[in-house]
Amino acid sequence: MADNLVGVLARAEAACADVDFSALANWKAGGGHAIGCSPGYVPMELADAAGALPVFLFGGTPTTETVQGEAYFQSAICHLPRTLLDLGLRGALDGLDLLIVPSTCDVLRNLTGVWRITLPKQRVHYLDLPQRYDADGYAFYRRELENLKRAIEEAVGERIDDDSLRHSIATFDWRRRVLRALDELRAAEPWRVPTSEIYLLVRAGAAMLPAEHVELLVDYLEAVRASDRKPLDLARVVLTGAFCEQPPLGLLRTLERAGCAIVDDDLLSSLRWLGTDIELRDDEDPLDALTRAYLLASPLLPSRYEGDERRPDVLVSRVRKRCASGVILASPSFCDPALLDRPGLLEGLERASIPCVQLQYTENSTDFGSVREQTGTFADAIRLWENL
Amino acid sequence: MNLVQKDDAMVRQKAMAATLAARQEHAHAEGKKVVYTFVPGNLTELLLSFDIVPVYPEVEALRSGMRKASDGYIRAAEQAGHSEDVCSYVKCDVGMGLSGDVGEGEGKLPPPDLLLLSSTGCATFFKWFESLRRIYGSECSMLQVPYQADGVITADMRQYVVDQLRNQVIPTLERVTGQKYDEDRLREHLRRSREAEDHLVAVLQSAKQHPSPIDAWFGAVYYVGPIFTAWRGTQEAVDYYACLRREVEDRAQKKLGPITPDGPLVEEKFRLVVEGTPCWTNFRELWQMFAAEGAVVVASTYTKVGGLYDTGFRHDPDRPLESLAEYCLGCYTNLSLPQRLDLLERYVREYDACGVVVHSVKSCKAFGAGQVLLLREIERRTGRPGCMIESDLVDSRYFSNAQIRNRLESFLQAVSMRRKAS
Repeated sequence: MADNLVGVLARAEAACADVDFSALANWKAGGGHAIGCSPGYVPMELADAAGALPVFLFGGTPTTETVQGEAYFQSAICHLPRTLLDLGLRGALDGLDLLIVPSTCDVLRNLTGVWRITLPKQRVHYLDLPQRYDADGYAFYRRELENLKRAIEEAVGERIDDDSLRHSIATFDWRRRVLRALDELRAAEPWRVPTSEIYLLVRAGAAMLPAEHVELLVDYLEAVRASDRKPLDLARVVLTGAFCEQPPLGLLRTLERAGCAIVDDDLLSSLRWLGTDIELRDDEDPLDALTRAYLLASPLLPSRYEGDERRPDVLVSRVRKRCASGVILASPSFCDPALLDRPGLLEGLERASIPCVQLQYTENSTDFGSVREQTGTFADAIRLWENL
Repeated sequence: MNLVQKDDAMVRQKAMAATLAARQEHAHAEGKKVVYTFVPGNLTELLLSFDIVPVYPEVEALRSGMRKASDGYIRAAEQAGHSEDVCSYVKCDVGMGLSGDVGEGEGKLPPPDLLLLSSTGCATFFKWFESLRRIYGSECSMLQVPYQADGVITADMRQYVVDQLRNQVIPTLERVTGQKYDEDRLREHLRRSREAEDHLVAVLQSAKQHPSPIDAWFGAVYYVGPIFTAWRGTQEAVDYYACLRREVEDRAQKKLGPITPDGPLVEEKFRLVVEGTPCWTNFRELWQMFAAEGAVVVASTYTKVGGLYDTGFRHDPDRPLESLAEYCLGCYTNLSLPQRLDLLERYVREYDACGVVVHSVKSCKAFGAGQVLLLREIERRTGRPGCMIESDLVDSRYFSNAQIRNRLESFLQAVSMRRKAS
């Protein structure tokens, strides 16, 4: 591997290894504001426009300790709220001027209240995202964004002016373009751009200024394009269901070692939510633009109501678009949104004759032996049948 | 052997259940439209104003749990790809739908002409009706009900619900039924709702007396049945609740305790508040466990999932759509955790409870996430002890008699010791 690629990946790994958010503490020590969000969609352009460091909380990793957080949730609740609360209880998130919790599921919804009771000094704002994608949903969400903007302004003690918000939207659009370029390159040459690396690169931006994150992503893109990696015989698959609580990096690497090239996924969705740029129109109110973007450019992730779309059709289209040969349905344990989608997706995939395999994980899983067996067999079967 | 004691209200309720089952079974033959909808945030008065026959899937699930049929349906859903980890109500309904065996057993339910998804208090409702839509192929009209994260119903939240009612739900009901929206009819149903709600609150608040004449969890799930479902807004409901209120007031006057599965409770030893849903598959068994210890539930949160009336809300015929919006927004599972905590504290104090039992079910994240903290905080705030028991809604694999009995007995012993010490 070329030195510069090694270096870029090392930078990303170092950022991801910062499970106690020392980057946040350093930023605060410099006198800045910081605003965090839990998994799901939050237009963090508003945080950036307020001059705050946008912090995307993705939960923990196998090395994250959740001693206090464990004591607050029953065994039938997913692992994510334990980690988030634990970070809060041990002071790792003290630097946040505001935590925004979007309406991703009932567990995160209730975490808002848990947070308010256990950490009463920390500001929390609940963002109710619209499940209607029509004029009523638009009007509701527009009002929600006004409330969010006000909450951010109160938290940082600064007004967010339209020009700053326009600038932040442009910066975030820049990051979205680079992320899409990465996705396109991965789809074209998955052996060159493993998903486990994209995952590291994206997650590294969790507590970084957007421009700094773009720089890291661009460095990687350039380094990986220039690399001498060789094509590999891999089974092209779409990985779906891992939109909220994240699988451990070890799981993704295991899938790759088992012969799978993940060519599309919904990992780290809060940083990659919108499928297109917002592209602010001339004289368009920036809050209107954010409202429009969510309603028109959101992916049909498990936390969103189907509306007129159908999940199986959307998944099959993703598979076709990326010329994938199979699907890995990977969901966190006890995740109602992702797990309740499965039967419909299985039916749809069967109808379309697309093979799939199902996995469940928690963010702190460490044993992937059975995953390797299962997905190795799956990848072998795909390659065998494709080559016949 | 104990003879089952049936009061007039119980007889009435049984007759109402039979009438509803027949009405549901014959709806299509009689040219009526059938709408499946949820209990929390239900729009029953609006449906009745269109002569629609409502069906409540979670009620069908809990009924199948009570008659021990749910496990088979759940297995059928799991064979169709559902995970063990998810809501057993959904799996039970899916299993029923897949087996074409929808209904309480006496009569089959007709398939829905419309799924009316009111999202009050539960994100899983979206998934539930997405699943049923796949099975039945029917249209789904969705009403998004914002969550009371900040503990208040804001004008924006109310407006959003009213807008959806006016622009989406009512036009859909007009199209499906071929009838025009008649606000005067709606007002009339809402007026009757209000009357029945007054009676229900009097019944629930009778538990403030010593001894309590009712069990406000095991017993009250029967009491709330009509008003949580197809009878709210009808004269039958008004008559039922007036009758129930008379009977309960009579028992209170005579200082009688509640009727339990083993007959009238002789001595009220423990007054408890319960947070959480019942376990339907082992409902009677659990009630007997409580009754055997002389434990009476004097207030519960589950009996507020279909409407929180004892804090003052009433349907208002003068503000029909606004009032329906406030009803949807105010149901228990749509409250923030701090609101739930305040309500529990209020119940403990106002009903003079000696402890709190949290029944945590594997299925329900809306209820479950945060319950450990509720228990801890309620103990801290009131000084009354609490205990958590765990099982499930309609999946009997998660019910362990020995484990629950042990916990309950140990908890009540601790309450007794504390009582003696003080």
